Amino acid sequence: MNPMWPDFLDTECVPLPSNVAACRVQVDAARWCEAADAMREAGADLLSLWGSDDRDRDQCLRVHAAYLLRDRVVVVEHAMPADRPIYPSLATRFPAAGRLQRATYDLLGIRADAGDMRPWLRHGGWPEGVFPLRRDVAATQTWPVTSSPYPFIPVSGDGVHEMTAGPVHAGTIEPGRFQLAVVGEKVLRLEVRLGYTHKGIAKRFEAMAQCDAHRLAAHICGDSTVAFSWAYCAALEAITASTPSPRALVLRGLALERERIANHLGDLGGLANDVGFAFGQTQFSSLKEQLLRHNAELFGQRYLFDFVVPGGVASDLPARALPGMLDEIAALERAVGDLRGIYARHEGLQDRFLGAGRLTPAQAAALGAIGLAGRASGVARDLRVDQPWSPYDQSSPALATSTEGDVAARVQVRFEETLESLRLCRQWLQALPAGERVCEVPVAPAGQLGIGLIEGWRGPVMLALETGPAGGIRRCRAHDPSWQNWPLLEVAILGNIVADFPLINKSFNLSYSGHDG
Amino acid sequence: MNALALVSQLGGVVLAVALAPLLAGWVAQCRAWLQSRSAPSLLLPYRTLRKLFRKDAALATQASPLFRAAPYAVFGAMATAAAIIPSVTTDLPLARVADAIALVGLFATARVFIALAAMDIGTVFGSMGARREMMIGFLAEPALLMVLFNAFLMFGSTALPTIVKGTLDADGLTLHPSLAFAGVAFVMVLLAENARIPIDNPGTHLEVTMIHESMVLEYSARHLALIEWASWLKLFNYACIGFTLFVPWGIAPRTAGPLGLLLAIVWLLAKLAVAGAVLAVIETVSAKLRIFRAPEFLSMAFLLAVLGLLVHLLLQS
Repeated sequence: MNPMWPDFLDTECVPLPSNVAACRVQVDAARWCEAADAMREAGADLLSLWGSDDRDRDQCLRVHAAYLLRDRVVVVEHAMPADRPIYPSLATRFPAAGRLQRATYDLLGIRADAGDMRPWLRHGGWPEGVFPLRRDVAATQTWPVTSSPYPFIPVSGDGVHEMTAGPVHAGTIEPGRFQLAVVGEKVLRLEVRLGYTHKGIAKRFEAMAQCDAHRLAAHICGDSTVAFSWAYCAALEAITASTPSPRALVLRGLALERERIANHLGDLGGLANDVGFAFGQTQFSSLKEQLLRHNAELFGQRYLFDFVVPGGVASDLPARALPGMLDEIAALERAVGDLRGIYARHEGLQDRFLGAGRLTPAQAAALGAIGLAGRASGVARDLRVDQPWSPYDQSSPALATSTEGDVAARVQVRFEETLESLRLCRQWLQALPAGERVCEVPVAPAGQLGIGLIEGWRGPVMLALETGPAGGIRRCRAHDPSWQNWPLLEVAILGNIVADFPLINKSFNLSYSGHDG
Repeated sequence: MNALALVSQLGGVVLAVALAPLLAGWVAQCRAWLQSRSAPSLLLPYRTLRKLFRKDAALATQASPLFRAAPYAVFGAMATAAAIIPSVTTDLPLARVADAIALVGLFATARVFIALAAMDIGTVFGSMGARREMMIGFLAEPALLMVLFNAFLMFGSTALPTIVKGTLDADGLTLHPSLAFAGVAFVMVLLAENARIPIDNPGTHLEVTMIHESMVLEYSARHLALIEWASWLKLFNYACIGFTLFVPWGIAPRTAGPLGLLLAIVWLLAKLAVAGAVLAVIETVSAKLRIFRAPEFLSMAFLLAVLGLLVHLLLQS
């Protein structure tokens, strides 16, 4: 163990219910910093940072930081008196913390002591000084919208133009504002503003029953619905010590991999479309559409909303469906392999992909890149491989990585992951274990914290669930990996031409809705 | 000038204006088929025009009269260009007034108007598109002129009807190697000038990658209809310039009667069908170039056209 590692992170760490190894530790401000330094030194990722209002319990507001070590998750909690909710900023150690801290202030009024103080999620939907996630603010309360200009960081100099793209775009896509400073066609700086789709999901969770909230979790981010609902169910099942049957877990794995495949197929087509190669788009769209239609037949949902339920899954797979699914996998493997060859041999496509939007491994490590974008830039981490939960502990998935960090690398990782996911699906379908579709999940006692951590297609989806009395929910933090990876885009675009921005953005394909919450 | 000449002159313009949307619809249909999509109707461009003409126009508050005038100027320039391109017959009284160099000038006029209009309202995408369009234009125009010089040199005239006549009157089929170079160069210029892949993508929704589309983002209703129509007409005109230079067969000579003109129209339709399909194939198999590769692409077109000239001079001597 390295010398920087403080003892309290081992001795005072209390195990947490989770689908992966996890523990929590209560710290004061000094140890909050000490823990962060140790985590940075140990190469941990900041998984999420969130706040909670515990004034009704112990007159405190709390800030929580979840770190992902190679072998476990550590949740560090720091309590502050309600009249002075200020904690040491983590942004210099973990750049991803900056926006999380701003969002935590907007929602709960807990402020980091340094760094960027501009609002992040608050776009004028509620006034300054009101913190909607606090317990004394009713979920039904509304305020007149008062919007004030957002102070973007100004860029000046000879021949520098400021260019605003969004938040409303020319296509039907989610809202996000991209403030580009350009010299001619070259991008000097990009600043992203998000938060346009903030829906107050955290507040909504607090009004829901434990047995019902998986449906809300599934709807946080429509392209990662299995990942979010599984993360919720994993947290709840860990708290209540209930274990779904092996069959239910494998069916969840199938659903998660199908979600990954569908998104990768969509992105591979979309990337070709963004460079004007519409052939790739139509081919991949048709493959994705077939997969989604099969989802509807097999699981009753195209995008698999509500398939993962507490204790198991919503519907079982009939034995007669298996041969068709195996055929589908073989056909997809062939088609994806063929298209990969076409992409590799297409000079015009490769000319656009290679070298565009490069995020070097050093930059990725410094910024704390996670998930797919991280793997394309040499951050060789995948929860399915590093901390496999059931059923991945039995199936040893292979890691797809690259150190190039450009658009081509993110395309390559997508191709490899798609083929690997197909292999996993085949392996599971060939030996589908027996078991109950769903097991009983008892009502959890109040005040229990559980962590669900699932490697979604974009990266690790984390959900921290704290139970409330009478089968209710006290606080639920659902974290999308886009929080960590949005800042990467601002670095990857530097020095590229502005006309390549959509392509580079698409190669990351980060979530707006999942991020904004 | 006889009555038939006047009719064919006017008829040529009307035909071009009427057929241009059909060519655009045909290219879109071929592209859809090649991408294994179900294709939109051949008549979709006409329906688009009808829809746009029925709508009320919305104008930016800062728009000057120039912004409103530009669509008419652009459409007018394209229609005038159609008048001096012998697409159906060489009996064009106007073509004697304006030669092929004036034609390039007409295209340049249209470009200047649309670029000024794009900058007029002061949006970031308009100015960016105008900047890119001028870059493409300043590279494409010399290349187009070089292609035309190939033909001028061969027939000793800058008038397109004379060039057509020269090819048609020649005994038998003579191979002109210089025209092969010029032909490739011309196709490259056509792609660049008409905002097609690999230079621009007419189907994109990504505002920061657009060239032509970003200049017309602020237009609506009848103004947009005229702009769209003018850009289809431009493609039609370019196709017809290509036919006059490289495949003039089927164009009615001065002596042809009404029946000959009808036959010439059938020929034109057949050639457009082939040209549209070829354009769709080119667009389907290629990806859009990074914008700074466009100069290389157009320099290549220029170089090929110059090579054509050299080949012609070498073979002459």
